[in-house]
Amino acid sequence: MKQYDIVIIGGGPAGLAAAVSAKKNGIDRILILERDEELGGILNQCIHNGFGLHTFQEELTGPEYAGRFIEQVKELDIAYKLNTMVMDISREKVVTAMNREDGLFDVQAKAVILAMGCRERAKGALNIPGFRPAGIYSAGTAQRLVNMEGYMPGREVVILGSGDIGLIMARRMTLEGAKVKVVAELMPYSGGLKRNIVQCLDDYGIPLKLSHTVIDIRGKERMEGITLAEVDERGKPVPGTEEFYSCDTLLLSVGLIPENEISEKMGVEMNRATSGPKVNESLETNIKGVFACGNVLHVHDLVDFVSEEAAAAGKNAASYVKKERPEEGNGREIRLNPENGIRYTVPVMINTARMDEKLTVRFRVDGVYKYCYVSAYFDEERVIHRRRQVMAPGEMEEMKLTREQLLQYPELKTITVKVEEE
Amino acid sequence: MEEKNLTCINCPIGCSLTIRMEGEQVIKVSGNTCKRGEIYARKEVTNPTRIVTSTVKVVNGKSDMVSVKTKEDIPKGKIFDCVRALKNVQVEAPVRIGDVIVKDIADTGVKVVATKNVELSRKNT
Repeated sequence: MKQYDIVIIGGGPAGLAAAVSAKKNGIDRILILERDEELGGILNQCIHNGFGLHTFQEELTGPEYAGRFIEQVKELDIAYKLNTMVMDISREKVVTAMNREDGLFDVQAKAVILAMGCRERAKGALNIPGFRPAGIYSAGTAQRLVNMEGYMPGREVVILGSGDIGLIMARRMTLEGAKVKVVAELMPYSGGLKRNIVQCLDDYGIPLKLSHTVIDIRGKERMEGITLAEVDERGKPVPGTEEFYSCDTLLLSVGLIPENEISEKMGVEMNRATSGPKVNESLETNIKGVFACGNVLHVHDLVDFVSEEAAAAGKNAASYVKKERPEEGNGREIRLNPENGIRYTVPVMINTARMDEKLTVRFRVDGVYKYCYVSAYFDEERVIHRRRQVMAPGEMEEMKLTREQLLQYPELKTITVKVEEE
Repeated sequence: MEEKNLTCINCPIGCSLTIRMEGEQVIKVSGNTCKRGEIYARKEVTNPTRIVTSTVKVVNGKSDMVSVKTKEDIPKGKIFDCVRALKNVQVEAPVRIGDVIVKDIADTGVKVVATKNVELSRKNT
């Protein structure tokens, strides 16, 4: 069986940045396993610009951003296998994968970095009544068809869900000659970035209907139209608000789900709020030497933060392999507890001996909060109290903790993060 | 006197901006909570521009399409002309990131460049 120091599952933005970082931290035997026929992951179909402002201080398109990392992977001579599907990872870190050249094969890793990304929530999860005619696509599928394969899924389009991919596709389909009639969002706020609402919808006069959903699909072989209705606070359609839209295509942009089947199978403990692994300050799961980063850990809005997180995972995996980390039992373990308006935090646990000088805690809020505070209570004492003008579920938030700060509280057991009005 | 309404895109607050105009002149911007809102509003009502991204066909490439962008912003009013002009463009593989695909798109004086590498198809090598 071939031996590697680090095997990285997935060659998208997270896997690439993790690989580059691990290599730069002194690890030579690295293998990236990617199921698609090229590296870069979802960035390859995100041809719009706006990537990389944080990482490269310029606005790049998705393929260009991926290109920068792919180039580094090639320059650093990091091994990768394409068209390769990982089937299983054992607790002993034997990775079982297959492709057309090697057939089914095993590799032994000292450390594993999970970087499988996420997939779109599909129509089956939505319970929309009516038939299932041709013409219903997830927004990401449509994006791949238009941007990579060169096919147009349809001419008259309705989009359900205002996630960023849906907004981007509203513009893309319009530019390619389709008529996008409306974007409907179940929630009273959009799940997408503000600039996408302005530059993808407002620029083209596409209406966004908040608190609306599709209640019926018409058409047997091919879609003929949909019925939209307003919903009340509990998400129930309001009688009398139904409106029919004729269309041949319905795009769904209704959320992303981290792809963790193999993580769960190997016994990685999951966080129900993120559908991703529970990780500590090193982005390490409950299985020693198994790390996670990017959208498989929690769904991000900006790839720049994926790269940053993945670089940390790569560095931590490298020090695990080199046995440079403090032994078990050193330092104290501090639990992070999300409360009152905070849906989750990444990480969920901090070991003071293992953390770097600075640690970024990322989290999301559960609703729109204006002119309020994000607070961190070190046990009973409020230590961090930061005013925020606005926070929304569609924009990931972060908080910095320093090692020095934590060491000032020798008895500290729990850090509670919450939203407060004052 | 004319009034225009915009949503600021600089941060998640998304202030609703009201711009009072006298012909082409901006008289007053209101509704913004910071300086960036005013700068955005002034640019947006006098000279709105965008980077345009699209795809063009590739001949003999490993993939059939290559993604492209305008190298600089073009006037917002030229977006559709730009996309229409790209419809008939076809390039030969291999294509490298940064290769100029069109020298001057839709009389804007702006280049269109490739944003992805496309290798020559194996069938042709």
